[in-house]
Order: sequence, then structure tokens, then C-alpha cells
Amino acid sequence: MTTTSRMIPDRLQTPLERKLKSWESLLMLVAIGIFIINSFASPYFLNVWNLSDATFNFTEKAMIAFAMALLIISGEIDLSVAAIIALASTAMGAAVQLGVSTEGLVLIGLLVGLACGAFNGFLVTGLGLPSIVVTIGTMSLFRGISFIILGDQAYRGYPSDFAFFGQGYVWWVITFEFVLFAIIAVIYAIILHMTNFGRAVYAIGNNATAALFSGIRVGRVKFILFLLTGLMSGVAAICLTSRLGSTRPSIAVGWELEIVTMVVLGGVSILGGSGSIPGVVIAAFVMGLVTFGLGLLNVPGIVMSIVIGALLISVIALPRLWSMWRT
Amino acid sequence: MSTLTASDIDPLLSLSGVTKSFPGVRALSDVSLNLYPGKVTALVGENGAGKSTVVKVLTGIYQPDEGEIEIEGQQVRFPTPQSAESAGVTAIHQETVLFDELSVAENIFLGHAPKGKFGLIDKSVMTSRASEILSGIGANIEPSATLKDLGTANKHLVAIARALSIDARAVIMDEPTAALSQKEIEELYDLVEGLKAQGKAILFISHKFDEIFRIADFYTVYRDGQMVGEGAITDVSEPELVKMMVGRDVNQIYPERDHNIGTDILEVEGYEHPTEFADIGFNLRQGEILGFYGLVGAGRSEFMQALFGITRPSGGTVKIDGAPVTIRSPADAVECGIVYVPEDRGRQGTIGALPIFQNVTLPSLARTSRHGFINLANEFKLAREYTERLDLRAASLDTDVGNLSGGNQQKVVIAKWLATRPKVIILDEPTKGIDIGSKAAVHEFMAELAAQGLAIIMVSSEIPEIVGMSDRVIVMREGRIATELNRAEITPETLVSHAAGIREAAQ
Repeated sequence: MTTTSRMIPDRLQTPLERKLKSWESLLMLVAIGIFIINSFASPYFLNVWNLSDATFNFTEKAMIAFAMALLIISGEIDLSVAAIIALASTAMGAAVQLGVSTEGLVLIGLLVGLACGAFNGFLVTGLGLPSIVVTIGTMSLFRGISFIILGDQAYRGYPSDFAFFGQGYVWWVITFEFVLFAIIAVIYAIILHMTNFGRAVYAIGNNATAALFSGIRVGRVKFILFLLTGLMSGVAAICLTSRLGSTRPSIAVGWELEIVTMVVLGGVSILGGSGSIPGVVIAAFVMGLVTFGLGLLNVPGIVMSIVIGALLISVIALPRLWSMWRT
Repeated sequence: MSTLTASDIDPLLSLSGVTKSFPGVRALSDVSLNLYPGKVTALVGENGAGKSTVVKVLTGIYQPDEGEIEIEGQQVRFPTPQSAESAGVTAIHQETVLFDELSVAENIFLGHAPKGKFGLIDKSVMTSRASEILSGIGANIEPSATLKDLGTANKHLVAIARALSIDARAVIMDEPTAALSQKEIEELYDLVEGLKAQGKAILFISHKFDEIFRIADFYTVYRDGQMVGEGAITDVSEPELVKMMVGRDVNQIYPERDHNIGTDILEVEGYEHPTEFADIGFNLRQGEILGFYGLVGAGRSEFMQALFGITRPSGGTVKIDGAPVTIRSPADAVECGIVYVPEDRGRQGTIGALPIFQNVTLPSLARTSRHGFINLANEFKLAREYTERLDLRAASLDTDVGNLSGGNQQKVVIAKWLATRPKVIILDEPTKGIDIGSKAAVHEFMAELAAQGLAIIMVSSEIPEIVGMSDRVIVMREGRIATELNRAEITPETLVSHAAGIREAAQ
């Protein structure tokens, strides 16, 4: 074979250059813009305690959104996450009635989340069923179990130290939930962006067949992603239940769509294959700030969803319109 | 070669000077083709000779870069498949393009259904005309039946009925007998005779020589996108056709190599699959290139994919270096040192939206990383080492693979597998659809790898490649090993006759 001394460069663009031209940069500008608008719109916005409260608008959802981001990048989806919260919360509430301690409650929450994730993962990777159908089914199933157990009742009487997860402060205005959110964000950023596992997730999302043909254990990776999503739903269930101090079967209704919205707004392709954790972090802040800002202005909930929907569509459509206009 | 004896008939459809190029490949170069009313013209050629491309030109799927199509002396253009149909040209494809969930009548009249009031489809007229056409070709099929409930042979008949329903004057049959039993083939012959009697011009594409001699009036031979011969079928013999198909100047462009063949590295015994292949057994030695030849559909790729763990075989054993191994997934195969370069590069080989270096290192991440954490410097180093050995041309290693030419994509796939330091590499149609330059580079590299002791399985439908590269060839036919040929026995003629099951031409 002819050996030429021609060298192919590693890269033409530095990673920093790529980042500056990215979706995350655009989203960051949106976040800053919303922050500025909010601070002019309401005199109460720039109060640290209010801002601290505002983080509850997104911390629990974002914990699930990180795992969901990996799942969506791999080309799958889990719409049962909010129902897993309901089931995990119901299980914890039932355990409270039996006098289980806080440690036991946490363990139950996590295990129920894992079990639900394993069930979804088995149906999708073991039986080869489409995840959107499977998780629409388990969404009704998991919440249905909650309704059967609770009816129109509610579980209360959680131990007083259980309240720390959803109501506690670590330092000054920094809540436990916010710290947990930050730690989970870092963990998922490391998993997705710095490990072989993360690389496999991207490979599967871009071309699952070629990934399989490259010796990636596609089924195993996807199963783990469903497990992680279930686990994070369990974590969110602990935080939310602790914050509310009670469990009703309608807990976290509709969250699955807000979580998917957060993931997509964060630049994750709904078709799989691309996206980043920093993007989802920024998207979490954007959604939290919008909800909080509108709340301060006494805008009703239904209008908030309209605003979030419009935001999602415009942030996704703008780059497309921009490139159409240029050509 | 004999002279054309058709001068007393004017062609119904004629193609002249047609050239069609794709990025990196010239699929057709100045070819011609004539179809005569009431006659069958057989189009003969190896895989990749340009037969499918010319069919696509004739049916309006591809636009030729140059050249003319004439129907009864009038120049025509087929900018869309619909325009070809309305000019009376229709094709019955290898894999029939029909709709499983629709009824037989709906399939026959899709796109040109008889309209009734308000422009709605007139079902009763459609059904009665469908049953008319079906009985006209001797097909005992209910027009209201759902297509998916029919067998392959009846589906073909529906495709033929569809061709007749648009009042076609020229009918293209692209390997119509590939999936039919002997009895069904006989019925098809009768049908073709009937079409001839109606004055239709028929283009018959087949790999099976007995069929061609049975049914065709004229032949046209393509090789490497060029027309290399045509004439009346009565003036030509099977060996002459084979010679035209495969050409003569085969060996020069393939690399010289020493044949340092070592000990057995891979032993396969009794591999079988319920539908695709049966009783596959062979051994493969270090430094050997073992060719697998056969017609399309002979089960070669299906067997290779089972060996690589993509599909589960129903029986059989594999030994690597004498030790039995179990392969349940590609990951298992890679761990055993067996790797597979698939034929369908875009879907199975590369991940187009990921950069070159990530494609190359994907199966080797365990080696470039530390405790599961990515090490980019190691990755670039490994990717550089192997892509440079293959003389890859790219702007940077960070370029997405999807932006590379076919030949360079293939180099990425091969680099990916070599980086795993395999013992056995299976190359499935390694040079299909890539340009001449990259082809030569891939061949040279294969020779170099064999010289270094790698065992290579090369599945190829290109006779020159099989002849030029193989130390030994296994010919497969209908899912089984038809024969094994050693180096001295590998000639284009023996390959073709064993693959097609012609016995007398083997001498």
C-alpha cells in the first residue's frame, strides 16, 4: 500500500467553537432574556427567597428529564414517568401506614421506580415492542393501580424527618432538591458525555442497526436506560411526596409531557441521536423561570401551558426559519 | 459473434447512447437496448452490470444523463414513473411493488382505477375488469382477496395483471422466476407466450441460462455498464454468453500476492437456518482469502449474518482455533475475533451522523478508554493509525462519515474492524458501488491483511473479484454449498455454471 505523508487533521473546529455555534448558546440567550423580562415585569422576581422557591418548578421534573434525555437520544421514550411517581408515592404512603421509617420509605420509592423501569425495559427490549405504545400502556397501568389503592383518599402522616427531601435547605436559600438536581445533572452529563456508555447511547440513537453490527449490546443499553428513567422517577417521587406531605393518585398528572417538552426544548432530537445534558439544564431553568414569572403576574395555569407550548414551538422553529430565509 | 437477424422488424422500444452516472460510479455508459413487438429480449449481465439501472431509466425512476428513448421511432421522455406507464412501459420487479393490505383489484388498478360518479372509484367496474384480466392470464384469483393472503406466485400474477391493466406495450420482467417453483415457472412461460401473441415487447432479465434459452428470441449483454453484445438467441451458445458476461481481461488489476496459508483458524459445521440456508460447513485458515460466490438470494449474506450473531441459526457449531464458541450477538462474535463488514454500508456499516473517529473506535472503546471513561486522545490515535493505513481521504477525523464518498465510507468500516485486531474478517460485497480507485485500494489492502495472517471471507457477486482475489471459493446455490473450488479450478465459467446449476457448461 502506498504510504503518503499526508496527514488528516483531528479536527477543523475546536470543541469551543462548536459549542458557541450550538443550540445551547441560543437557549442560554433565551434564558437570560426571560430573566431580564421577568425582573422588569414583577418587583418580587429578584428576591432570593422567591427565586429559591421558583426552583421547585423544575427540580423534580428535571431529575427525570436527564434520564429521559438519554432515553430519547437512544431513540426510545418513556411516557409512564409521571405514573411511576404516582405508584411509587402510593407505595410509600401505604408503607407509612405500616409504620415504616424514613430510610425504608426512600428505599421503597427507589425500588418501585426501578421495578417499573425494568418492566418497561423488558417489554421494549425483551419483547421488541415499540416504547411509545408500551409506556402509554404502563402510564395507565401504574396510575390505575394507584387509583385502585387510594380511590379519592389520600395518604398522609409521613414522618417529620421525611420532609427534608422536599422542604429542607442545605445552606441559606439553597434547597436540598436544588443540590440534588445539580448533582444528578453532573452525573448524567458525565455518563452521557464522558463514558463509553454515553457514546453507545448516541450510536444507537443515530443508527441502531449499525450500532448492533458494531458489537454494541443495544438491548442491554436500552434496558439500562429504562431502569435509570424508572429510578429517577422514584427519586422525583420521594422529593415530590416529601414536599407535598401527602399522596393522592392524581399526583404529578401530566408531568410526562412537561418532561418531554423540557428535553426537546433542551435540544434533544425527538428522533434520537443528538442532544446534551447542558441543554436540558438550561431548558429546565427556562421553563422554571417562565412558570415562575407568569405565576408572579397571576397568570392562570392554562395560559402558562399555552406560553410553554408557544415557547417550545418558536424555539424549535426559529433556527429552521432562519436557515430557510438565508437560502 | 453473430449478426443481428432482426433487421426485418422495427423495434417497438429502443434505447440508444444512454449514459447514467452517480457520484463516484458510472452505472451506464453509452448503452443501447432494443425491444421488438411480439418478441422476448433477454438482458444478461453480472450483478452491477447496469441491468437494474436501465430498467429504472425505462420506467422513469432515473433520468439518463445522455441518450435517447424511442417508441415506434418517436423520441420520448419519461420524467416520472407515471409518464412511462402512460407510454405503455411497465415493469414487474424482482420484489414486486405491491400493497399487502389492499385487495387484488385495488393493487391492479392503483393509480388508474376506473372512476364513477363524483370522481370516486367505481368498485364494481374495477372488480369486473380485474377478474377479466386475471382470467385472461389464467390466474384463478379472487379480485376481492387481500393481497397478503396470496402466495408469491399469485402475487407475481397480480403484478402481471397490473402490467396488463395499463395496456402496456412493453413489459419488463426483472427476474420474474426468482421466487417461483418449477410448476409456477412453466405457467409463467405460457403467460409470456400469450403476451408475445398479443404483440407485446418483453424484456426478460434473468440469471438462469436455461430460462433464457427457453424463452428469449434475442439477447443483449451488459458488462460494467456497457453493452458488449446483442443478437438472436439461436446464434449464441451458453459458454459464449458467459464469456461476454464476465469479460476476458480479468486478472491484471488484482494484486499479486504470496499465498502463505497457515493453520485452521475457523471451523464451521452443520450451520442451518429454517428458511435461509442449510448444512453449511467449511474451514478457514490463517492468511487465506475464501471467496463465497452465488447468485443474489443464494443465502450467503444470511449465513454470514448468522455467523456474526445477528440472526440465530437453528443448528451448527463454530470453532475458533479449535475451541468451540457460542455466538449469540455481534458483541460475542467480536469478542471471538470474528468481524463483519456488511453489504448495506449506509444502514448497517456506518453511523453517518457521527464523526469518523467515533465510528472507527466504536467497537474498540474498551481499549481506548480507562474504567469506562472516554479518552479522546487515545481515540484519535487509534482512528488515525487505521484510517491512514487504508489511505482514507477526509477533511478531518471529526468529519461526519455521512459526508464521505462510498469508497471512503467503506474504508472507515474496514478500519473500524481492523482496530479490534480480529482473527477473521468477513467482507460482504466489499467493493459494491464504490469507485475504481477505492476498489483497487480495498483489494490491495485485503492482500496485505492476508499476508499478515488474517483470515478473510469475501462474499462477492463480482466474478472478476472472486477470481482475482480468492485462494479458494465456496459456491452457494439455494441456501446450500454447491461446490468448493480450489485455486486452480476458479474460472468464471465454473463459477457461473455451479451458481446457476448448469452442469454441462462446467466442463
